[in-house]
Amino acid sequence: MLPELGQFALILALLLALAQCVLPMIGAWRGNAALIATARPIATGQFVFVALAFGVLTYAFLTQDFSVRYVAQNSNLALPWYYRFSAVWGAHEGSLLLWVLILDVWTLALAAFSRRLPDAFIARVLGVLGFVSLGFLAFTIFTSNPFVRHLPALADGADLNPILQDPGLIMHPPMLYMGYVGFSVAFAFAIAALLGGELDVAWIRWARPWTNVAWAFLTLGITLGSWWAYYVLGWGGWWFWDPVENASFMPWLVGTALIHSQAVTEKRGSFRAWTLLLSIFAFSLSLLGTFLVRSGVLTSVHAFASDPKRGLFILAFLTLVVGGSLTIYALRAPKVAGGKPFQMLSRETLLLINNLLFACAAAMVLLGTLYPLIGDALGVGRISVGPPYFGFMFVLLMLPVVLLIPFGPFFRWAAGDWRATLRVLAPALALAVVCALMASLLVGVPSVRGIAGVAASLWVGIGIALYALKRWREAPRGRRYTQEMLGMIAAHFGVAIFLAGVLVTEATSVESDVRMAPGETKHIAGLDFKFNGVAAAQGPNFRAQQGVIEVSRDGKIISTLNPQKRQYSGNAPVQTKADIQPGLFRDVYVALGESLDDKGAWAVRIYVKPFVRWIWLGGLLMMLGGFVAATDRRFRALPARIEAPATRPALATTETALAQ
Amino acid sequence: MNRLLPLLGFFALVGLLGFGIWWNTHHETNEVPSPLIGKPAPEFTLPLLYDSTKSLSKADLLGKPYLVNVFGSWCATCQYEHPILTAKVKPLGIKLIGMAWKDPPEDSKRWLARFGDPYDAIVSDADGRTGIDFGVYMAPESFLVDAQGVIRYKRIGMFTPELIERELLPELAKLQQAKP
Amino acid sequence: MMRRALSIVTMMLAVALFGSAAHAIDPLPFKDRAEEVRFQNLARQLRCLVCQNQDLADSDADLAKDLRMQVFEMMRAGKSDVEIKDFLVARYNDFVLYDPPLKPGTYLLWFTPFALVAIGAVAVLRILRRRARAAVGEALARGVPIDNRDDDW
Repeated sequence: MLPELGQFALILALLLALAQCVLPMIGAWRGNAALIATARPIATGQFVFVALAFGVLTYAFLTQDFSVRYVAQNSNLALPWYYRFSAVWGAHEGSLLLWVLILDVWTLALAAFSRRLPDAFIARVLGVLGFVSLGFLAFTIFTSNPFVRHLPALADGADLNPILQDPGLIMHPPMLYMGYVGFSVAFAFAIAALLGGELDVAWIRWARPWTNVAWAFLTLGITLGSWWAYYVLGWGGWWFWDPVENASFMPWLVGTALIHSQAVTEKRGSFRAWTLLLSIFAFSLSLLGTFLVRSGVLTSVHAFASDPKRGLFILAFLTLVVGGSLTIYALRAPKVAGGKPFQMLSRETLLLINNLLFACAAAMVLLGTLYPLIGDALGVGRISVGPPYFGFMFVLLMLPVVLLIPFGPFFRWAAGDWRATLRVLAPALALAVVCALMASLLVGVPSVRGIAGVAASLWVGIGIALYALKRWREAPRGRRYTQEMLGMIAAHFGVAIFLAGVLVTEATSVESDVRMAPGETKHIAGLDFKFNGVAAAQGPNFRAQQGVIEVSRDGKIISTLNPQKRQYSGNAPVQTKADIQPGLFRDVYVALGESLDDKGAWAVRIYVKPFVRWIWLGGLLMMLGGFVAATDRRFRALPARIEAPATRPALATTETALAQ
Repeated sequence: MNRLLPLLGFFALVGLLGFGIWWNTHHETNEVPSPLIGKPAPEFTLPLLYDSTKSLSKADLLGKPYLVNVFGSWCATCQYEHPILTAKVKPLGIKLIGMAWKDPPEDSKRWLARFGDPYDAIVSDADGRTGIDFGVYMAPESFLVDAQGVIRYKRIGMFTPELIERELLPELAKLQQAKP
Repeated sequence: MMRRALSIVTMMLAVALFGSAAHAIDPLPFKDRAEEVRFQNLARQLRCLVCQNQDLADSDADLAKDLRMQVFEMMRAGKSDVEIKDFLVARYNDFVLYDPPLKPGTYLLWFTPFALVAIGAVAVLRILRRRARAAVGEALARGVPIDNRDDDW
């Protein structure tokens, strides 16, 4: 009975989404206040029904209603209750419903917190979001319905994929979607602005906090995904340039360019075309990512569904949304470059270079991800494009970015003084070079990557610290740091930490597959590993063989690790569960292979990975920066409601804000 | 023109993705085409399954075309292919060489006893080395080798009557024409 | 029928996903650390044909184990990395390399990003020069210095 209610709720939501994308748009076009006013209530109503449907599905999982086919496919009686939650989004249909729910969460937030925006503008924004909801709800109902029944009900279900039975999986998709889907807000703002002919830039100020928050969530989602892959998948890696990872990374790259471009457009009025295009591209890449993951066009670890029918549906929707928005852009984009003028050497130029490089990086990732397909189309044969390509290209493209980051905050708008800046940054450069050289002497076998990592990290880190110091010294009390600035400082510092993590880990981590007999000790990377055999163990829904490995250094035990080989009920093959001794400066990571003989010898994989946690710490700092920047008072405390279309010059509003 | 560029680029992308969907419906996405087509088959010398003291090598087979069929007792799909080999491929008159790949000989013999033996000769590649030389990565796979020892065609996956009709027969016809 | 083949592949993929790094943990008798590192670097550049989303170092598949052994033996026999890769490509196609070789079929892949950056840089430079000229011209015309205040955040 309840699943049918859920189904019905979805249908109602679909109808409301239809209304949401039609009525307010007509209202805004015709200037009909009544129709415009329907936007917020309809959006709220749509959210309510989607939330209801999602609640029904969750309830079905919690009560283990195996008459619902999706529940039967993704959980079973032995599944612990906390994983029943995450099982809701463990496969295609449920994760799609989560997508729509999160889109509606953003829509609701927008409807609630936009009282000061002109109604016609918001009507268009909500209308665009309604169109996106419409597409996804249609897709769900017609091709991927989670409420399909399996009658008679099964006694027990298949299991949730064991790899997904993990706390990381509970958080990773929702956070990722909050980011991915959150770019729809910036997208909707851009389209609304284009449709309304609002060529001035007042709306950018509104868009910025929403975009920053979405970007922060996406950063969090990607960071979580990387960390989770590291400790669950058992191969000690943290990024594989897998098509689905790339599908989330491309929007992130464009999103990073977007948040910077929005800053320029808001403060100086320049880069309007860039900002509009980047807003469209960021969300387009999110949609493209959704397509890639669910259409089966690319082989991938994550791929949810390989159904041509579904693929065609999403492709058609993608064409409508992106093609439509790019057409609107072609017709309505500002014809003349606007904004305050700036010289060759200025902050604007640096950010323009930033835009270019991040956009090219996203294009490169897209090219590499799709190249196997291009190869097939061109008849070139089956080509594989993997980490060697992506890693190499990405480093090359980001090299100028890393070199120029410290200059950004120091260069002024319109005219930057590179001599003065270099003078200020000289200590950073010197320290970077000196420490890198010292590090290379300390480590036994110096590697270019490691040295470059230390140097780059210090250059960026000290560079941003020097800027923070400059503000501290020169700005008057109470006006030293705005939240926006603090966010920038945190995020750029996060970049420094991230760089250190990536390059030092790659240069110094040690991996070794060894055969260990009970009682045997191996000496790896300065640590002693003693194997104390394998014993049986039991979990809530699995049986395991658990190894005991003592890790010690200079005779003192620093930890005991228990890697497992888990056999879940049902037909699941054995899962390898590594055990990790985490540390700020070094991770020790052990995984069990297979039994090698009757006397208890096992194959064991041991990793010692210095600085690997810095990768995710850097990501978290970047995320923090994004959230903090979004809280800036300037975005919230605005003067009286802006009339639309703005008759006052846009520059005036930005100036009053600067004067705060 | 500048402003149309993104739209045009996007349409190119859509074209590519549409092609991708179409391609998927017509091809096995995991199939890796062999670089050995048109090249000489690798030299091999393998013991016979039923008499390990004797062996069969590439030189022994020169002069007449033959079809090497890679199978294993552990391979579920091979069970479905076997009757088709017996019923549809054997009658074509081409020499059938079975290669038991990565399979303990006893297991292969048992499996053949159960599912039938359409082969003219069976060799055992227990450690898989010859398989690697042929570029075998799954079972069943089949290689059509001509009288000069050059690989003309490879089938990755099982033969179906339709595939035999569509792909094997034309290749065999080409071999017939090539004969003086 | 196709479904059977699909199910085999799916099963193998499933093994790859679920049983990740099970047989992939493959102690080989390396003579020293340097040899081990060389092997690992090589194995990470090669793609498993069965579990096509994993490299040779992490794949469980039996074939992967055999190929790892093959690579190891060739290393011991003194073959260079290039020779080992050529050996595998001759049998299994370019597909087996995660680092796409530079050949006419991949020029597009290797050169497009740089071409994009170059075109972008040229376009950016042109725009910048035009703007800078406009900026200077405008400032001169208005007799006003470039608008960039002290607290220029």
